Amino acid sequence: MRTLEQTTEEILSLAAAHFKVPRAELSPADDFYQKLRIDSLQALELLTHLENHFSVELPDYEVQGVSDFRTLASRIQARL
Amino acid sequence: MLDLSQFDSMGAALRAALERWPNETCLIEADRDRERSRLTYREFRDAAEPLAAALEESGFASADRAAMIMTNQPKWLISAYAVFVAGGILVPLDYKLTASEHLKLLAHAKARVLIAEYPFWRAITQAEGFSSHKLKTVLVTEAPPGADLAGAQRWEEFKGAGKPEFRARTRKDPACIVYSSGTGGRPKGCVLTHENYLEQCTALTTLYPFWPGVRYLSILPTNHAIDFMVGFFGPFICGAAVVHLRTLRPEFVRDAFTRYKITYITVVPAILKNLQKGLQARFDALTPGKRRMLDALVAVNRTLTRRRPKLWLSRRLLPQVHRAFGGELRALFVGGAFTEPQTLQFFYDLGIPVGNAYGLTEAGTAVTTNDFKPFRADTVGRPLPGIEVRIVNPNAEGIGEVAVRGKTVMSHYLDEPEMTAETIVNGWLMTGDLGRLDAAGHLQLFGRKKNMIVTPEGKNIYPEDIENAFVGIPVKEFCIFAANYLWPQRTMAGEQLVMVIHPGPEQSADANLYSELARRNAQLLNYKRISGAILWDLDFPLTTSMKLKRAALAEQIRARLGRDAVVPL
Repeated sequence: MRTLEQTTEEILSLAAAHFKVPRAELSPADDFYQKLRIDSLQALELLTHLENHFSVELPDYEVQGVSDFRTLASRIQARL
Repeated sequence: MLDLSQFDSMGAALRAALERWPNETCLIEADRDRERSRLTYREFRDAAEPLAAALEESGFASADRAAMIMTNQPKWLISAYAVFVAGGILVPLDYKLTASEHLKLLAHAKARVLIAEYPFWRAITQAEGFSSHKLKTVLVTEAPPGADLAGAQRWEEFKGAGKPEFRARTRKDPACIVYSSGTGGRPKGCVLTHENYLEQCTALTTLYPFWPGVRYLSILPTNHAIDFMVGFFGPFICGAAVVHLRTLRPEFVRDAFTRYKITYITVVPAILKNLQKGLQARFDALTPGKRRMLDALVAVNRTLTRRRPKLWLSRRLLPQVHRAFGGELRALFVGGAFTEPQTLQFFYDLGIPVGNAYGLTEAGTAVTTNDFKPFRADTVGRPLPGIEVRIVNPNAEGIGEVAVRGKTVMSHYLDEPEMTAETIVNGWLMTGDLGRLDAAGHLQLFGRKKNMIVTPEGKNIYPEDIENAFVGIPVKEFCIFAANYLWPQRTMAGEQLVMVIHPGPEQSADANLYSELARRNAQLLNYKRISGAILWDLDFPLTTSMKLKRAALAEQIRARLGRDAVVPL
């Protein structure tokens, strides 16, 4: 079972690769809309990517209002 | 043309539809690639009536208010109908608001009943001020077994013993209170009557008819005036089916077109742009030969559909494109914000008509829409049947404030007589938008007179509502404006918010202040964020009761500073 830190780390790496941003520029507290320069639709695209990677399903309401990597990681971790 | 003149209320019109189409499918609910439920009109009625009966037995009276906080799903529509049967007034709240904003609007609307999905109720119970709520009955859907319901009851178990009494309403009675803004400042609760909806439905279905077999994909929130009309009332009145998706990821939305053979869908400009991007990427990936062939076919389609859409022809010329949209799509509707003409033209050239509409909640949804006679990407179309549009105080070019009159215009703002009097003048709704009517009667929009922005996702953002998030920053005073209100521009695209900061004598606009602004900004939802700040060195003009005179301050700023004074955040 992954720890929250490991989940967060994986999310940061996946997001960096998916949106072609250097991994070193991302940290858990970052707002992914700002750091990845993405809009709400691209954020949904990221969620699908993460769901496939972690083999979980996140209901839309679970990620409502979430905009930082750490909170996103905790929502995913709760379903692992 | 649909004739709803025999009905006095939405409830009566819906009741007749449920009786008229008992075996037609009215609702399909899907979650990702799974279908969760499918209801006929008879099954819909059988689900709603026990709920209506239970509401009545609980003491819910005619004209009592029932609020809804739900994502798009069958229980939303079932509950809404039950409220109408019981003679109630529906208060559809935006499920994307925060729990404290929900509490504020519940109090403002004086809701007696709340019907909510469990996660939203759970969040409300944890919000500050929860203990002082005045709700008499709270129904929660899909609560997990053993969950602490904090005084709520399970929607699924809330069923009355007998048949409900159908409570008649008159056309002039309020049907819904729809909040168009005001979560931070003064809530603007638009009171819309049964007549408003019946008239709007007649006007819209005259241009875009529904019938049994039509499938409408409902992805805009049903609490929004557009989806409430075209994703609930309109299709139901005509015996059509509404498809709900529990997950609005682009890939599942795309799949739904083909899986459910969608006939109509309404999207906001951001989604339309995304669909365009996806198609464009597929076109760009074609081999040069196939690309030339596609471009030639698109050019032929454009020429042959110049005067009016010819769906059968476009589907033959560009079968792959139409198959990607399920093969039965008749039109896309877009509204809620400004759409770039080139995006509209892109779809029309592929043989997919886009009904570009302009409207506002205060006008009961749509005011104008493209009627395809012929298609024009440069306007928001002509006024709907029965709706009058005029331009107030036009300048030399004919541009002035758009005013609207007709039976779809709201009754008033809830508990705000002054705001109502400022907005509805001699029967004309003053929209605050700037436009011009051309010789063909099409409305062209040229920006806003009012201090607000609309995002490409269709969100109306009022600067006053954002200011709470910055209370306590180390300055003497501050306020937020729509940049295009300070410096008018002839566009409704790329609108932004800017903050005006006035530091006190001992304070300075240094790096610490800007980093604090950035920190607070990051806590806001992405579409509510300010994009920059301007430094101001004079005291803000105030009224005798110490309230900010926004218009006067804007005038002062306009006279001394330009857009280049904005420091980006």
